[in-house]
Amino acid sequence: MARFIWLRLLQAIPVLFVVITVTFFLVRFAPGGPFDQEKAVIPEVKRALEAQYHLDQPLLAQYGSYLRDLLHGDLGPSFKYPGRSVRELIVAGLPATAELGLYALLVAVVLGMAAGIVAALRPNTWRDYLSMSVAMAGICMPTLLLGPLLVLVFGIWLDWLPVSGWGDVPGDKILPSLTLGAAYAAYVARLTRGGMLEVLSQDYIRTARAKGLPERVVIFKHALRGGIIPVVSFLGPAFAGLLSGSFVVETVFQVPGLGRFFVQAAFNRDYTVILGTTIFFAVLIVVFNLLSDVLAAWLNPRVRGALQGGA
Amino acid sequence: MSATETDLRYERGTSLWQDAWARLRRNRLAVAGAIVLIVIVIACLLVSWLSPYGYQQQDLVLGAAPPSGAHWLGTDTFGRDLLTRILYGGRISLLVGFIGTGVALLIGVTWGAVAAYFGGRTDAVLMRIVDILYALPFMIFVVLLTVVFGRSLLLLFLAIGAVEWLTMARIIRGQVQALRHQEFVEAAISLGLSRTAIITRHLIPNALGPLIVYTTLTIPSVMLLEAFISFLGLGVQPPASSWGSLISDGVETMEEYPWLLIYPGLTLSLTLFALNFLGDGLRDALDVRASRD
Repeated sequence: MARFIWLRLLQAIPVLFVVITVTFFLVRFAPGGPFDQEKAVIPEVKRALEAQYHLDQPLLAQYGSYLRDLLHGDLGPSFKYPGRSVRELIVAGLPATAELGLYALLVAVVLGMAAGIVAALRPNTWRDYLSMSVAMAGICMPTLLLGPLLVLVFGIWLDWLPVSGWGDVPGDKILPSLTLGAAYAAYVARLTRGGMLEVLSQDYIRTARAKGLPERVVIFKHALRGGIIPVVSFLGPAFAGLLSGSFVVETVFQVPGLGRFFVQAAFNRDYTVILGTTIFFAVLIVVFNLLSDVLAAWLNPRVRGALQGGA
Repeated sequence: MSATETDLRYERGTSLWQDAWARLRRNRLAVAGAIVLIVIVIACLLVSWLSPYGYQQQDLVLGAAPPSGAHWLGTDTFGRDLLTRILYGGRISLLVGFIGTGVALLIGVTWGAVAAYFGGRTDAVLMRIVDILYALPFMIFVVLLTVVFGRSLLLLFLAIGAVEWLTMARIIRGQVQALRHQEFVEAAISLGLSRTAIITRHLIPNALGPLIVYTTLTIPSVMLLEAFISFLGLGVQPPASSWGSLISDGVETMEEYPWLLIYPGLTLSLTLFALNFLGDGLRDALDVRASRD
């Protein structure tokens, strides 16, 4: 197992290197720099600013020094927020994003698994069709529509829940978490249904039933352990997706998280913030993919061999 | 398997495509999806003839009005007909979906086919690159590409397509690899068929099924990406609009004029629904079992 984890960690290095390199050069290709927007800046001032941030040096030299700083954990200064480093911005935005992602994951797992189990226990009945239709709706209803609709119904028409902010008023975390979690709940439901249906037709489930075990024990103790393996494999990428995909939800509900910083940085061409956030998310994704692979392997030793073999 | 007794009376068997077509027609959701899709596409294409209103035609006296006989889905704050704007916006959303998917198809099929055809080290390197790209923060990357190519809509389509090809490459590689060692291909080789004949008569028709299915399923995810980007204000710029930017505009005034949010949103969802149901139906009909990843 230790070898497996080491191997995966080693594989992550070229991935991260490619991400850093591609992002670095892509951002530099973008038309317009961080200092030529809004009011025209006096050429001397612009030159001085560019010199201060070493933007006047050759591109490869900039790339080299960026990599050097990165190895020391230094993501550089922000161009748009003078005096603040990219790391400070990430540290400031991470708690809200992480909390939002965690709640959304909880929504996805609880709602999704419940719907999936209900559907799998009575396949091809109205319960199955109903839960799977709702799941399909969850997949086809993008967050950019679901968020505003939830705000409209629960925030404005019914006036039950606050419509924006994060941790300011009680209950303001409910709608963003639901919105972000909905699509993932739908995927979890489909995966749970598929996994459970496969497991339920296996011999050991028949044995368990033949032994006279109560249905509850058969489902939750015997079937679920095997049936949720696809869900577990999905959770790592899902959590990474929740974190890096939360910017629409953060924008709609004005959550002061990483996603909003990123979108603002994209508008402002704040190179270092764009780069730093992308790298940060790439690291997160690699780590969570690794975690979920390890967890899935722990649940099912057969997976381990497949992963090492390169599938 | 699905050859019924009536089929057996004919000496000619049914082809893969006839079987698939029959199965697809029995799937009501898929048929409904196809019909909805055709109606939406035709309406978007013919909107300049169908609608009495122009895309930019304002009626400032009327302002934002709820749905009525004259304006079926109401008007926006400038008194512009919402249905007309949705249909014009649909042209952009659908175009992005098709062009982006086309690019993904082109890159993915070439990449996967080359990997499978040459095998060995080439295969290992090419597929390793796909694995690496899979680990990229996907949405972040799309926003990044928007920043780089944002000024040009066409480049944006290409960029979106360029990130969506990974799954396609894996599927095609798997298909070609599996097909190459099938008995009917070996039989064709031993019968002395030319390479062109083998590729066109045997390989392409058999790889086509999964290709069609995943093309159908890629279109909605490309359209969704475009909607996200336009929603954030990074994509389609006014005066042009897409479903994403219409939803984004609708959000700003949803308290007073909820129809400006609801109808563009419904149209987008309905289209995504239709495409997904059609894709799922095609998958069942063509009996594609290759997993997504």
